[in-house]
Amino acid sequence: MQRTLEDFLRALRAIEVRVSPAESIDAHKAVAKVGYGDRVLLKDALCITLAKTAEDVDRFDACFDTFFSRDAFGVRATAPGDNAGASNQSQPWLAGMLMADDAAGLASAMEAAAGRARTGEIWLSSQRSLLTRRMLDEMGLRELETLIARLRGGDAPHDRTMAEALAARRQDLFAQAARFVERQALLYASETGRRLRDNLLAGQKLTSVAPEDFKAMEVLVRRMAKRLASRYARKRHRARRGALDVRKTIRRSMGYGGVPFDIVWKRRTIDKPKIMVLCDVSRSVAAAAQFLLLFLYSLNEVVERLDAFAFSDRLICVNDLLDDAKVDDAITLILKRVGFRPTDYGRALADFIARAGAKVDRHTTVIILGDGRSNYADPRVDLMRKVSERARAVIWLNPEPTTYWNQGDSKMNAYSRFCSIAKTCNTLRQLEAIIDEVLRTYIPK
Amino acid sequence: MSPLKVVETAHTALGSVESITDGLARVGYIASRRIATALFMAAHLEKPVLVEGVAGVGKTELAISAAAMLGLPLIRMQCYEGLDESKALYEWKYGKQLLYTQILKDHMGAQMSGAPDMATAMERLHGAGDLFFSEPFLEPRPLLRALRQEGGAVLLIDEIDKSDEAFEAFLLEMLSAFQVSIPEIGVIRATVRPVVFLTSNNVRDLGDALKRRCLHLHIPLPDARLEERIVASRVPGIDARLRTELVGFVQSLRTLDLRKLPSISETVDWARALVLLHARALDADLVRETLNVLLKFEQDIIAVEPKLGEFLTHAAQPDKGG
Repeated sequence: MQRTLEDFLRALRAIEVRVSPAESIDAHKAVAKVGYGDRVLLKDALCITLAKTAEDVDRFDACFDTFFSRDAFGVRATAPGDNAGASNQSQPWLAGMLMADDAAGLASAMEAAAGRARTGEIWLSSQRSLLTRRMLDEMGLRELETLIARLRGGDAPHDRTMAEALAARRQDLFAQAARFVERQALLYASETGRRLRDNLLAGQKLTSVAPEDFKAMEVLVRRMAKRLASRYARKRHRARRGALDVRKTIRRSMGYGGVPFDIVWKRRTIDKPKIMVLCDVSRSVAAAAQFLLLFLYSLNEVVERLDAFAFSDRLICVNDLLDDAKVDDAITLILKRVGFRPTDYGRALADFIARAGAKVDRHTTVIILGDGRSNYADPRVDLMRKVSERARAVIWLNPEPTTYWNQGDSKMNAYSRFCSIAKTCNTLRQLEAIIDEVLRTYIPK
Repeated sequence: MSPLKVVETAHTALGSVESITDGLARVGYIASRRIATALFMAAHLEKPVLVEGVAGVGKTELAISAAAMLGLPLIRMQCYEGLDESKALYEWKYGKQLLYTQILKDHMGAQMSGAPDMATAMERLHGAGDLFFSEPFLEPRPLLRALRQEGGAVLLIDEIDKSDEAFEAFLLEMLSAFQVSIPEIGVIRATVRPVVFLTSNNVRDLGDALKRRCLHLHIPLPDARLEERIVASRVPGIDARLRTELVGFVQSLRTLDLRKLPSISETVDWARALVLLHARALDADLVRETLNVLLKFEQDIIAVEPKLGEFLTHAAQPDKGG
């Protein structure tokens, strides 16, 4: 029975209920205490040891029910003629069981065959048909098929009716086995599928994400952002608690005749990063801009203030849009207002300085997302210099690979001289790494 | 005697899930099966139970009732931001320690006077027992009291989510090994492991380390049948028809998108109020006048008022509505 419980724990992990080894020991202890006899008790006991949040409880309940449910084998109404050959000794045992409509026997044979065919190790749902077949082979399907073929070829009418009866039952068996494997796939394969997809998406070009993947992408972005946020929130928390500053305390106590009335703590002040983002929303870059904005907005716990601007041939502030609408709706609105026009970086920079130049100070990180293609308009590199002088850091994220920089109308190399970081950023993974870097520079180790 | 033995001999109430349900019912707490199972597992796996659920669903009440059922003292610790070990675990009795040093000084003078040189004096000083940091000077706070309680105790760590993360980490040793380390003295172990309840309102997410050490019990809002039993147990004088109606009404309120859904404690309060008003059945005026017992926000009351009639007819025929 330990095997069963291990399988169940694996199924739980597949649906993201975290089960650590210690919890699995608890689960075994719980089962040892309550036993498998009372199903409701078993369910409650396992739920209490394993599910750790309200959502976990819901997922646990569903998983428990799927895992421990077995379809009953449908038993056919037996016509008297059908059973005539059932006792025939030369038949393979599968045929015997089928003809005897031995539901319990078939069910346990299927469990055993599933164990031998290792259906529990399914990790992609596309393996279903292969595993079904393998499981049926383990049950002795080949022998059954030979038998059916032989009976069909036989002369006696009795043999032929027998063959048809067997064939019909074989059909049921197929369906049953398919359902069994389907359930296994549901239990175990959902995790690997999701992980594969997430992995793929994280490496996918932001500019070419298929619309149907947007939802999954969003979830991924939020999760990445949350991971970063929690890491930095903790560091900040630690930095806030200081140790006693002996020197300063003694110095201040002089005034009180050496009695340390006024105690001073060593504290490090940590400023949250102020981030200003300028997003190019011309067609080629808009998609990447969307994910960048989503990412930054999900970081609101650790980012003090985020000012977002969007530009193509002119620059607008999109803070209100992002605050009011949800980020995904906002991007459409932004595109409607400034999107799809030829970009003019010089003009955009001039607008930026006019609108927000005063706000750029030594705490501000300016992130620019764009391809640096200014359509042969004046790039105003002098303004770029001005921004870089005032800001703490200027980070340029370019969706194009470095080899394309400075080709055609790209002024990337001219701009990149004034950037602390200028990088290609076209996948979520690159995005995460770069934002990580931005945050890290603010936090003392 | 092992802790488990004590649990088994002293509290046969913990023998099975059914006996726990009965035992809790006897002290006025109507537990769902899952709640009873949680208590059962807690007693037998010797793990703390982390109880989550919205406010007023009976988390704290569960600990109080468990203590009443087991006949153990309840030691309660309310968590808040800034709670630290000097308030949760122990504190030194500074005043007495000062007095002790005064006495020691006088005493030492007499002892030291005969010493021929400094080295002998120092030797004698080290030889004298140092009681400065010792148990008599320890002022136990809830956690330490729970560990040292003869015959066991029920420890309720209320609203753990309100404490800060550092305190949560501090609790880990206590919750997994039922011991605490006091740097000056050493490790203090539980004589009898207390039954520990932690409650959380989900103000912040608790750390995985803490969750891992606890059994997790989420108490949802009850269904109509359970809630009726709870009301019957808590407000014995209530008319059966009124009880069904008011529970039906509260149940339909919970289907709305309100800022604060009424939970069990509100239902019970309302039932008490209606009994005091000698009501025998719900009617629109009565409900309108007493709605503020049930709903705690003005916006919620405004949102509900237009639907009163519909809910009342619904509550009057609970069988049809389901």
